[in-house]
Amino acid sequence: MQFDPKEFLDFTFNFRGVLIAAITTTLLIAIIAQVLGVLLGLLAALAGRSRNMLIKGISGLYVWVFRGTPVLVQIVLLYYGLPALLGIDPFPQRYGDLPELIGGAFLAATLALGVNEGAYMSEIIRAGILSVDAGQAEAAKSLGMTPRMTMSRIVLPQAMRVIIPPLGNEFNNMLKTTSLASVVGVTELLLLAENRYGGTFKPFEPLLGICVYYLAMTTIWGLVQGRIEKRLGAGLNRNEADQGFWSRMLGLGRGRQGEIGGMGGAR
Amino acid sequence: MTGHVHQTDVAVGHDLLDAIGGVPAASSTDVVVDAQHVDKWFGKLHVLQDVSLRVERQEVVVVLGPSGSGKTTFIRCMNHLEKIQQGRIFVNGHLIGYREVGGKLVEDKEANIARQRQEIGMVFQRFNLFPHKTALENIIEAPTQVRGVPKDEAVEMGRALLQRVGLAAKANSYPAQLSGGQQQRVAIARALAMKPALMLFDEPTSALDPEMIGEVLEVMKELAREGMTMIVVTHEMGFAREVADRIVMMDEGRVVEEGTPDVFFTSPKSERTKSFLAKIL
Repeated sequence: MQFDPKEFLDFTFNFRGVLIAAITTTLLIAIIAQVLGVLLGLLAALAGRSRNMLIKGISGLYVWVFRGTPVLVQIVLLYYGLPALLGIDPFPQRYGDLPELIGGAFLAATLALGVNEGAYMSEIIRAGILSVDAGQAEAAKSLGMTPRMTMSRIVLPQAMRVIIPPLGNEFNNMLKTTSLASVVGVTELLLLAENRYGGTFKPFEPLLGICVYYLAMTTIWGLVQGRIEKRLGAGLNRNEADQGFWSRMLGLGRGRQGEIGGMGGAR
Repeated sequence: MTGHVHQTDVAVGHDLLDAIGGVPAASSTDVVVDAQHVDKWFGKLHVLQDVSLRVERQEVVVVLGPSGSGKTTFIRCMNHLEKIQQGRIFVNGHLIGYREVGGKLVEDKEANIARQRQEIGMVFQRFNLFPHKTALENIIEAPTQVRGVPKDEAVEMGRALLQRVGLAAKANSYPAQLSGGQQQRVAIARALAMKPALMLFDEPTSALDPEMIGEVLEVMKELAREGMTMIVVTHEMGFAREVADRIVMMDEGRVVEEGTPDVFFTSPKSERTKSFLAKIL
């Protein structure tokens, strides 16, 4: 195997416009898709608890289908299938005056990733809600709080403690899964690398180069996540959140589950 | 025969109810709770069988009975934390949890049930304080969110309540930083902050270390002295004897005996009560 250090350094650290654009695209897809995923997941998790069987059924169907099929296929089906189905193209190359970056392929990939993510987030949020002691909702209800108030002010804030660690995991995953957007022609990091070695026939240099960026993004995210977990620790067991950055980054000491919930009787 | 005597060195302030503006006014009626022929099943298990109970304003009723007798389930029906299948429960004249449609009971809307619960305070065996909120935040949560009390007003009332349950210094502590007895006293203050016409206590001292039972009972006694209408499920015989106006004995989902503490403890009528008392006293 030939490895050309010059090519590697040039691709990775020569900040051309295309590199900046690819990094921006990757981050935009990841952030928008994750936010969409969290919102859809919350909606689906709450719908799954509904007394209305239709609403509950739709939520179950959504999670079942999108967790049960490959996200790569979902992206391709959405991008190529939806225009064929509708007879018009909702994913043109450009949307009027919007920057070139945010074209139809970008939108289709982001949507598909977000909708797919929602199915996973729904399960994570559901588990978070279930982790909160039933006595908490009872206490809130007994004080005259409505179900909505009980959920938003009492249950969800406590569920966040359980939701945030896997949510961090999901976003870490999402940062890398954005590479699938390359199949519909979104110039994010992977397609940038592919374009490069299409001309040079040196695939390893740009591929390793984009790994540097993926690693940088996930590392920064790890730091941010630690901050968030610490802030959510108010009043609850702090040990878990107080773990150092490196032990979290390297996945050490994750086995233990901190105490959540209402007892905490001992001083 | 007097049950346990709990020493306490916790200063429980007087005038607990002053902190919430005196004894909460009930409706025009003097009957706060009127439970009529209540039946409830958990699956095939008939947990409440034709249970009726009337509680008048300022009355303290203690519900005794072995575990599994339905006493906890019964008081949980009074604020509709449990559904009932037959009968009716009125609190302050309102039918709790249901609407009557053509002689049939239909479960009420959540918003209506929530409104009814505002007048019914409940204290749980396991405290159920909100762990992500401080003691003071626990107390002001419902008044500000549900009743729309301005925050500074709620804080003032919350501090007054904390002081009167002997926890003025703990306003900014989180539940996990408080002992069980302290948590339960905050929980009582939290329920009182909604100015309920009725307080339900579900084995409030059962999860406590023995040395902390006294401080919670002291607060409850003070409440009773000041005229709060209370229904207390407990195993504390000393409290029942001293504080109750009336004792209700339940077994296997039925009320088997009802009477004043004197009569109940000295000359019970039913065999079931006699054997129950023989075991625990």
